[in-house]
Amino acid sequence: MYPFTYHQPDSARKAASVAGKAEDAKFLAGGMTLLPTMKQRLASPANLIDLAKCDDMRGIEIKGRSVTIGAMTRHVDVANSKELQEAIPALADLAGMIGDPAVRNRGTIGGSLANNDPAADYPAAALALGATIVTNKRKIEAEDYFTGLFETALEEGEVITKITFPIPAKAGYEKFRNPASRYAIVGVFVAKKGSEVRVAVTGAGSGGVFRATKIEAALTAKFSSKSLEGVKMPAEGLNSDIHADAEYRAHLITVMAKRATDKAK
Amino acid sequence: MSETGIGASVRRKEDFRFITGNGHYTDDINRPGQAHAVFVRSPHAHATIKKIDVVAALKMPGVLAIYTGDDLAADKIGGLICGWMIHSKDGSPMKAGAHPALAQGKVRYVGDHVAVVIADTYAQAREAAEKVVVDYGVLPAVVDMEAAVKKGAPVVHDVASDNTVYNWHLGDKAATEAAFAKAKHVTKLDIVNNRLVPNAMEPRAAVGDYDFGSDCFTLYTTSQNPHVARLVLSAFIGIAPEHKLRVIAPDVGGGFGSKIFIYAEETICVWAAKKVGRPVKWTADRTEAFLSDAHGRDHITHAEMALDDKGKILGLRVNTKANLGAYLSTFSSSVPTYLYAPLLSGQYNIPAIYCEVDGIYTTTAPVDAYRGAGRPEATFVIERLMEVAARETGVDPAQFRRKNFVTSFPHQTPVIMCYDAGNYNAALEKALEMADYKNVGKRKRESAKKGLLRGVGISAYIEACGIAPSAAVGSLGAGVGLWESAEVRVNPIGTVEVLTGSHSHGQGHETTFAQLVSSRLGISIDNVSIVHGDTDKVQMGMGTYGSRSGAVGMSAIVKALDKIEAKAKKVAAYVLEASDKDIEFKDGKFSVKGTDKSIDFPSVALQAYIAHKFSGQELEPGLKESAFWDPTNFTFPAGVHICELEVDPQTGVTRIDRWTAVDDFGEVINPMIVEGQVHGGIAQGIGQAMHEGAIYNKDGQLLTASYMDYTMPRADDVPSYNVGMTQTRCPSNPLGIKGCGEAGAIAAPPAVINALTDAVGHENVAMPATPIAVWRAAQKAITRQAAE
Repeated sequence: MYPFTYHQPDSARKAASVAGKAEDAKFLAGGMTLLPTMKQRLASPANLIDLAKCDDMRGIEIKGRSVTIGAMTRHVDVANSKELQEAIPALADLAGMIGDPAVRNRGTIGGSLANNDPAADYPAAALALGATIVTNKRKIEAEDYFTGLFETALEEGEVITKITFPIPAKAGYEKFRNPASRYAIVGVFVAKKGSEVRVAVTGAGSGGVFRATKIEAALTAKFSSKSLEGVKMPAEGLNSDIHADAEYRAHLITVMAKRATDKAK
Repeated sequence: MSETGIGASVRRKEDFRFITGNGHYTDDINRPGQAHAVFVRSPHAHATIKKIDVVAALKMPGVLAIYTGDDLAADKIGGLICGWMIHSKDGSPMKAGAHPALAQGKVRYVGDHVAVVIADTYAQAREAAEKVVVDYGVLPAVVDMEAAVKKGAPVVHDVASDNTVYNWHLGDKAATEAAFAKAKHVTKLDIVNNRLVPNAMEPRAAVGDYDFGSDCFTLYTTSQNPHVARLVLSAFIGIAPEHKLRVIAPDVGGGFGSKIFIYAEETICVWAAKKVGRPVKWTADRTEAFLSDAHGRDHITHAEMALDDKGKILGLRVNTKANLGAYLSTFSSSVPTYLYAPLLSGQYNIPAIYCEVDGIYTTTAPVDAYRGAGRPEATFVIERLMEVAARETGVDPAQFRRKNFVTSFPHQTPVIMCYDAGNYNAALEKALEMADYKNVGKRKRESAKKGLLRGVGISAYIEACGIAPSAAVGSLGAGVGLWESAEVRVNPIGTVEVLTGSHSHGQGHETTFAQLVSSRLGISIDNVSIVHGDTDKVQMGMGTYGSRSGAVGMSAIVKALDKIEAKAKKVAAYVLEASDKDIEFKDGKFSVKGTDKSIDFPSVALQAYIAHKFSGQELEPGLKESAFWDPTNFTFPAGVHICELEVDPQTGVTRIDRWTAVDDFGEVINPMIVEGQVHGGIAQGIGQAMHEGAIYNKDGQLLTASYMDYTMPRADDVPSYNVGMTQTRCPSNPLGIKGCGEAGAIAAPPAVINALTDAVGHENVAMPATPIAVWRAAQKAITRQAAE
């Protein structure tokens, strides 16, 4: 790890203000990606803005037909929230499937979305549920937020403060884990709201999270895993690596979509 | 059987300090004034070194020194050695390229040591190491063994222009060809035995220290055999003569073979300690461990088995290419030769065997012994052939094995080994019973109802352990003898210290060795200490590997205890005023035959030291004896493991449903510890079969250099094991021990793969059988079955 200047603001507003003044700054949420990257000397921000004391960025609130989760809310808190388990059980379920207990006790939803790791779980939920990413500056629809591998619509100094998820009629998430890292090789989030079905896939796409329109169409016709029998996803545009090639990933998308649909509630 | 004697499942004495964080590992050792070393490693698989510029790095804060290969050469520090000479078929000696501890002119794998930076702190050394500028002339890498031996391939070492270290063979070629000529059926198989990274929990580490007053070096290091390390560092590398070099291997957190070898890093730390006048410490980080620990396995094999019309094996021929990496590590040459081919007969009567092995240089990390070392590779060959041959000839795999088992002993195989004792049928029948083999069909149908494919696989393994008779290994090219030493020191109050040349790095010697003493002397194990891992305390020893500590290490203790008992009887005779021929020793008590006169062991110990009763007599005061034990044969642990698993054909995910292990380890000192060794071994074997695999890309970059990409078996990947035993005593050592440390890792891979192939319609599945590999095989089977 290279030396850096450490900041510890106690509110989202102050954090943004520090970021506005500091050169080459990075926000530190749970640190589950940033800290190992810094330790390996692959990242060397001059200023590190730790959001741990920003209590206004934490918590889960259910209002009307939507759920709002503070960006600094840890995976374990999302997974264990009784209210969320009622409102969007698939989202709580997803949070409980991230990493291992150590990661879930540190990692946060905002950190995950800001990092936009192509194998992370939350991007699938955000895209399938049609979430709104709220920052210190604006509101960004999930559709516009994910722009590529580790790339988002966030600008320099912009920090996610909370995320709002519309409550679906039914949703489910299933993932196929990388045998080594246990990140998603393929993660599929299916959500049904009214007559609309949205299906988002993480882990597989060479451009990051994407919507599987072929599967959406099949599930819109009838929201049942049987609708996906024989639905073959194209391998084009999917990742190939030492753990899974594009063809296998394409196959797994349909399998995971079926299982997510069966799980959906 | 006493509560702490032989055969009792005594809780491990050493665990208290380990689980309370009171262990003393090498990285826990900090010497006054200690400096830290960081190695500059090659980012290229193959390159010439044109220039090393250390000017900027030397100016960095805290830097004490930066050394390169030139500094080692100037000090006449020798290169790392390979201690086992292998001769090719044509009689020529193996082609061993020089292996300098810091590269001289050329690097040969990613992670190869180029320079060392020594600074006040680790952080400073690391900062400065980044400032060392090395001008490389990048050469093409050669990773693939087939490519390495092709004409025009990049040459790793000039001494081996075809990248071939040796073309070795074993067995009778003509007899084998004749056997195949009259075969009714020939089973052929192509096998890849995947490359593994050992991944001991504790990474390698070293602290070198030098005392100017006494001109003595001390090296603390993560070693399985500190005496061998001292011998090599002294006699070959030339750090210091043995009496001026102390090597201490304190608590060591797992080795699995990877800590047998003498590496560059500890060599540099101890040498540099004198150069900089400060103790020098180095601890590998995990990436360094992946890159620079000697890897294991990595064979490509074509094997054929000839059968007669009754399903009896007539012959076996095997052709193997073994990747030895970029340099010959300490014992690397022996692993794919004498630790491999002599085991190809398995548990079977095979009249003719011929095996050829080519050792190949590639621009990858050196490959050497890893748990099982050659024997897992051999077992995989023979047990995969047994499965495939049984399927091809329509015979139940269990029945096929029964038909070919060795049933009388001693049994001389055509490949060196003489099996001394065993009962292979007994282990098979017991395992089949425990595994409920007869109802597998029913369970397969139940799985099918759930859309899952169930398979069952048998592995009947044999290994040669208790390594090894010195004369035998000497005749095969070993540079050392493989005896073991022991010294038993009885203190005046009757407590005992046992000094052993064996080394415990997870095996539990502090408990099992104490159990032996407890049994023999009738004292509590709490009154016994086991001392190991320090060349200043233990005079000489050969260390721990090859499942040798029970069979060889404890045999040396038995011999020393025999001497203790003999002398103690003489002391007791003086005290009890009787002839020593009339003294009996039983349950910790010396008594005069036919009388009620007796004295207990601690009292005899005291009498031995006060010497009041025999002053001026021939008998010397004191009670301390030492012994060396050189075994007369290898030992032959054997057993049967049965794996039963379910495959999800939709994803290729495999779940091991049940595991039955029946092992014959001969006499067992501590069944709990033995069972633990079996568990750990199977987990590593499952790791090889289903999860682990070191992958280099074509440029020689290790793609699996962290746990993000290298899959270790985890608790939820392994089943609850059903472990049983059969027992035939080993006739070649006094305790009847065969050894147990490697059995699981040897037995498990073919059991898994045989089960997997059974699940997927006998499609071949290569290791590691990751979900994608299993899915592809399952798809193939489904397509084929649909077509049939």
